[in-house]
Amino acid sequence: MTRRSDRERLGSNRLAHVVLTIGSLVMMFPFLWQLKMAFSSQAEIQAIPPDLLPKGLEWSNFSEVFQRLPFLSQFWVSVAVTLGRTVGQLLLCSLAGYAFARMSFRFKAVMLALILSILMVPSQVYLIPQYQIVQRLGWLDSIQGIIAPGIFSAFGTFLMMQFFKTIPVELEEAARLDGCNPWQTFWKVVLPVAKPGLTSLAIITVLTSWADLLWPLVVTSSPEEMPLAVGLATLSGYEGSISPGVMMAAALMAMAPILILFVVLQRRVVEGIAFSGLK
Amino acid sequence: MSSSRSADGKWPWLFVLPTFLGVLVFYLWPLVKTLYDSFTETGPFGGATWVGAANYSQLVGDSEVYRAILNTIVYTAIVLLGIPIAVLIASLLNRPGLRGAMVYRTLFFLPYVAMPTAISLVWRIIYNGDYGVLNQALGVIGIDGPSWITQPWFALVAVALLGLWLVIGFNMIVLSAGLKGIPAELYEAAALDGASRAQQFRSITVPLLTPSIFFLSVITTIAGFQLFDQLFALLGPANPVMPKTQSLVFLFYDAAFVGNERGYAAAVAVLILLVVGLLTLFQFRLQRRWVNYD
Repeated sequence: MTRRSDRERLGSNRLAHVVLTIGSLVMMFPFLWQLKMAFSSQAEIQAIPPDLLPKGLEWSNFSEVFQRLPFLSQFWVSVAVTLGRTVGQLLLCSLAGYAFARMSFRFKAVMLALILSILMVPSQVYLIPQYQIVQRLGWLDSIQGIIAPGIFSAFGTFLMMQFFKTIPVELEEAARLDGCNPWQTFWKVVLPVAKPGLTSLAIITVLTSWADLLWPLVVTSSPEEMPLAVGLATLSGYEGSISPGVMMAAALMAMAPILILFVVLQRRVVEGIAFSGLK
Repeated sequence: MSSSRSADGKWPWLFVLPTFLGVLVFYLWPLVKTLYDSFTETGPFGGATWVGAANYSQLVGDSEVYRAILNTIVYTAIVLLGIPIAVLIASLLNRPGLRGAMVYRTLFFLPYVAMPTAISLVWRIIYNGDYGVLNQALGVIGIDGPSWITQPWFALVAVALLGLWLVIGFNMIVLSAGLKGIPAELYEAAALDGASRAQQFRSITVPLLTPSIFFLSVITTIAGFQLFDQLFALLGPANPVMPKTQSLVFLFYDAAFVGNERGYAAAVAVLILLVVGLLTLFQFRLQRRWVNYD
């Protein structure tokens, strides 16, 4: 009986492997193709029929990226924006989330309701006034302009609030008895325990900031001040002037940091997404 | 909890005010401003004049708006196929004794973490009508592939297939979490009763996954109606095909930041808000009929 069902299971797992392998090849193909194209010469790229493997390694596409595009400055804008937003959100969202989870104060319910109400509104609804505020501040074409609205997050506040509610109160009470004020309790006792929640929020913020298009597209106009996501998006349609191989090399270098981060932190990323996805 | 108002004193304000003021300035005020702006028109030298419901009547008479809504429906419908596909993948990955599940999971999830604008460039080249590998592959099986990026309906399908590819990994993660919540005893009991794998899938897996499926269908629809990034990056803003493939958000972007018609753009934004709100409400109404909570 067990032997038969073992054999059945093996047999049907074989079918599962076939389906999953074909599926993962489809998912992987654009990445593999990009890798191949980034190392191909112009002639190879436009060869019909295409060779599935590159003939040699054509490194010139990569060096040409730096000559044809302001890649480095865009890269640093992306890094600065992503860091700024992530650090800002981790601090502000955990502060506010902690207060909503644990403290009592006037207008708490109203303030929480107001903050959460923006979760349901598509971001385009805010976009023009946000642009006008940033313009008024003189922050167009600047890193702080790209960072600005994104450090305030209703989603992050909610996520952290829910997380703090799961931490046992006794910890904080002990700290309070030891004479910690609320800030010390928060900074020294609560935050260190909140690492899983902070990691989740950090991962989601890093992913979305690195990829964000519409807002930075609107507030930046000079190529040097754009993050990579915008720089690359505006490349599409330039096939005439910039060769596909160079585009592929640029896209590959732009994605590399986030892909490496994902592969290193894989389990945490998956848990973080599942955690935030299910609330 | 045990904290009383007097014990906390001014502390809560220090904690809450940075976020609250930020939300007030950058979100709540803009929301009100956009609602107001949607009843105004931008003058040639800046400044705005009250025009009543003129923007909305322009919206109702604008064939581009209907085309954009239709495009978004087609796009969303195709991306929604990502849910059944992910149900299949997640349940295959959940099989007891399946080797390499973590490797498969990583591969399926990779597109979700890739930058959409960067990977769109790759897809643009795969879709290329002359030397694109997709048409080369279609040629092998005797199909003369279209020029994907330059013909309206094909371009829209190309954008949607990219959207579908991008979202499957996320769906899979959410569904895997849902699958973990199904007790193994249910399957054991069903197996003892002689239920086949397919029967177990139909009568246990799918019904118990309906809450996750519902969540995914709500957020896929919301995201679908906010289509912008893939459209912009894959087709390119100057693509002559754009008037026929554009989404509501592209229409909004174009009116607000290219055409400088802020009032009309604000009305489009309000329309997006209404459509997304109504669809979400509708899905929540409908959920009683098919979502299984127990």
